[in-house]
Amino acid sequence: MVNVRCATCKYLRRRCPSDCIFSPYFPSNNPQRFESVHRIYGASNVAKMLEQLPSSLRPQAAETLCYEAESRIQDPVYGCAAIIFQLQQQLHNTECELAKTRAEIAIIRSNGHGQESDIYSADEY
Amino acid sequence: MGGTSPCASCKLLRRRCAKDCIFAPYFPSDDPHKFAIVHKVFGASNVSKMLQELPIHQRGDAVSSLVYEANARVRDPVYGCVGAISFLQNQVSNLQMQLAVAQAEILCIQMQQEPVAATLPASQMLDHHQYQDHDQKSLLLSNSHDFNNIPQYFSSFGSSSNVIQDPLKRESLWT
Repeated sequence: MVNVRCATCKYLRRRCPSDCIFSPYFPSNNPQRFESVHRIYGASNVAKMLEQLPSSLRPQAAETLCYEAESRIQDPVYGCAAIIFQLQQQLHNTECELAKTRAEIAIIRSNGHGQESDIYSADEY
Repeated sequence: MGGTSPCASCKLLRRRCAKDCIFAPYFPSDDPHKFAIVHKVFGASNVSKMLQELPIHQRGDAVSSLVYEANARVRDPVYGCVGAISFLQNQVSNLQMQLAVAQAEILCIQMQQEPVAATLPASQMLDHHQYQDHDQKSLLLSNSHDFNNIPQYFSSFGSSSNVIQDPLKRESLWT
């Protein structure tokens, strides 16, 4: 049975050992995934980051590293910080809108009570 | 007469800081931590390549965002910035739901305060209002969900550490 090298070891042109830290997260059928991560972080930094984590958390770490690397490639200036900034803005806008809407509700309710008394007083004239 | 102090990058890398050092404008010697953290996550040579590929006027912002991402990754080695994105997406969704409810409430109040039409029988009037109410509510709900163009990739992701409960109020995006 021939061992298939993972995308990392193929890219780095080396033998892929059975305990290769990259192989579960960078399969050979998706070379682009590793290339993105390598371009932004470098293979040795990725290996260090993964090694510091328990194996149960490594899939999520690899996934988020890929996501951030792709974001950085698409937006070399802001990376995924741009997304965070947009979300912060949206959060702020929605908070303002909600506060405004709640204030409107309070006004409508108080006007509703006011209008009833106006109607009665108008009838008196 | 003395030489200029090497920038934080060249100090850490223990090399001579050239006049045209690409790091010097963004990593002054009085803030060694800033470069240290970026070097730890991205590596100096990767940062140098990234900066070289950018026009000079964009490099400052690029460094700020790299520092931000590096800090996020060090604080949360599993989710990094994605943890913050996921958190914010949830916050926005919750607020949008609350907004939709509040807007529907306004409609309800306005419906209740509308003068009763004398010509319509009571049963028809009720159906008419309910129909209008439903239409307007669904219209409002669809409009109020100003869903961003950001894909909800990581809606189920949380933070691996308890530190990032409210990651972004603690620091501004740009230093």
